Amino acid sequence: MTAQVLESPQGKSKIKIENVLYSPALQRVLAFAALIVLIVVFSIASPNFLQFRNITGILLATAVNGILALGVTFVIITAGIDLSIGTVMTFSAVMTGVFITRWGFDPLLGVLCGILSGSFAGMINGIVIAKMKVPPFVATLGMMYMAKGLALIIAELRPIYFNDVPGFSTIATGSVVGSILPDFNIPNAVMIMFIAAIVGSFILFKTILGRYTFALGSNEEATRLSGVNVDLWKIAVYTLSGTFAGLAGVVIAARLNSAQPALGQGYELDAIAAVVIGGTSLSGGEGSILGTIIGAFVISVLTNGLRILSVPQEWQIVVTGVIIIVAVYFDMVRRRRSR
Amino acid sequence: MSGQPILELRGVSKRFGAVQALTNVDFRAIPGEVMALVGDNGAGKSTLIKGVAGIYPFDEGEVYFEGRRVTIHNPREASALGIEVVYQDLALADNLDVVANMFLGREQVSRVGRLSELEMEEACIRTLSGLSVTTLRSVRLPVAALSGGQRQSIAVAKAVMWNSKVVILDEPTAALGVAQTRQVLDLVRRLADSGLAVVLISHNLHDIFEVSDRITVLRLGYLVREMVVKETDYESVVREMTAGQLNRVPGMRDHE
Repeated sequence: MTAQVLESPQGKSKIKIENVLYSPALQRVLAFAALIVLIVVFSIASPNFLQFRNITGILLATAVNGILALGVTFVIITAGIDLSIGTVMTFSAVMTGVFITRWGFDPLLGVLCGILSGSFAGMINGIVIAKMKVPPFVATLGMMYMAKGLALIIAELRPIYFNDVPGFSTIATGSVVGSILPDFNIPNAVMIMFIAAIVGSFILFKTILGRYTFALGSNEEATRLSGVNVDLWKIAVYTLSGTFAGLAGVVIAARLNSAQPALGQGYELDAIAAVVIGGTSLSGGEGSILGTIIGAFVISVLTNGLRILSVPQEWQIVVTGVIIIVAVYFDMVRRRRSR
Repeated sequence: MSGQPILELRGVSKRFGAVQALTNVDFRAIPGEVMALVGDNGAGKSTLIKGVAGIYPFDEGEVYFEGRRVTIHNPREASALGIEVVYQDLALADNLDVVANMFLGREQVSRVGRLSELEMEEACIRTLSGLSVTTLRSVRLPVAALSGGQRQSIAVAKAVMWNSKVVILDEPTAALGVAQTRQVLDLVRRLADSGLAVVLISHNLHDIFEVSDRITVLRLGYLVREMVVKETDYESVVREMTAGQLNRVPGMRDHE
């Protein structure tokens, strides 16, 4: 009898309204609407904007930031932060170069080990945060410097080129889709991002790791009292973030056909901006992969469109800053109304 | 009515630095009964239940569960025995829905690592129906959207879902209005009637007299006495709480 009460049709209609108000879905819709508005405005303003070549350019520009943002989405949902992803990405790119060009690893194995070196850095973050109780901001700030320094040391201050590794750059710039559908030369880097997003979404919403990611950000003490090994899962979340940074490192190395040890710092902020624009709350417990991907596109569409309209790059940066604040403002308004 | 205790503490003590929080306290919980644990602030109620829950060990004394002597090192071991605690500050995660909260820490997973949402949802609805928690519109609402009474009911249901034998409720009605208190007290009584040993910590003597079978009074970390509700009244309990004879005087344990 109770089951019927619980599933009554009135109940369902009420829930739907509430879900829209209480959940980050509204924020996601807003971000998506903003993305559409940007696209419409830019395509009216410039006939070049909707050219296939330009769209491909936007997609390609989103890939690295999008992959980084996926990983840090998990961290931010736990109410943590990961400032190290930009330089860990560089570290992984350099390690991939070392494995393949110096140690002569098979490219596939080299790529795998490159990604795993990102995971390793993330795991160190997790251990420092969970076991040594260092606040995430500080722990990952330290890792940001460590990864940056190590990347420079290991690469001996010079880029590592993959010119002698046939096919390496096709990881990012080739197009598996294009070889099947010749009219759709979507770069592999973009497909990697979308596949990573699907995997990330599965992990976040369908597995225990995802469930505990939300639980940690929602009420860490309650999670601990429920018998969850909080430290272990925290380490897992930061390791996952590092793994995505490692994947981004491989993609950016393939795109540039080289590992640039001086690159990387600043990427973490773009990624965090994408996450925040996508409606993931910095106070934890809320967020989605779809929102993050939309957020990443908002940033790259904005950058691309303003560039096509010949707005100076300095102003593009200013506008991005405004967008971040507006996005978080809307999030706060929604939160105040729903509590 | 008085069966064998399922949980029994004998002579437990706990010290935090210079503070002696519990001194040589005996305590028991009997299946089918609600045992109230009362005492003024600082009487040692929280220390007692945290020791039982495995948050920290007692310094001295023995814990018996189903007649066997046990040592409980952490909350997980307490759960494994069948002891569940519902904490005052509600061990619920606000952003998670009812099902996710009830299964937090014990999620059912398919072989490929996918959460078995449907199975969990069904089990959750079954448990709530069994406890007559019927005011929920949906088990898929985040608990942040529920009323205080509903949240407390969910916290209790979460505790008893796992074939637990002893349920310890820390101030379950403290933040609730009249109707919601009613709701939770009814639930407490149903738990005991279904054969569980319930330990109820409360400041509210009215609530206690309504649902409890026995009352254990602590004062300043000492056991004052255990009373049968039917054989006592408000005034006696208040007197014991505030001025009760301590069964042992500090510093004189060895001379009794």
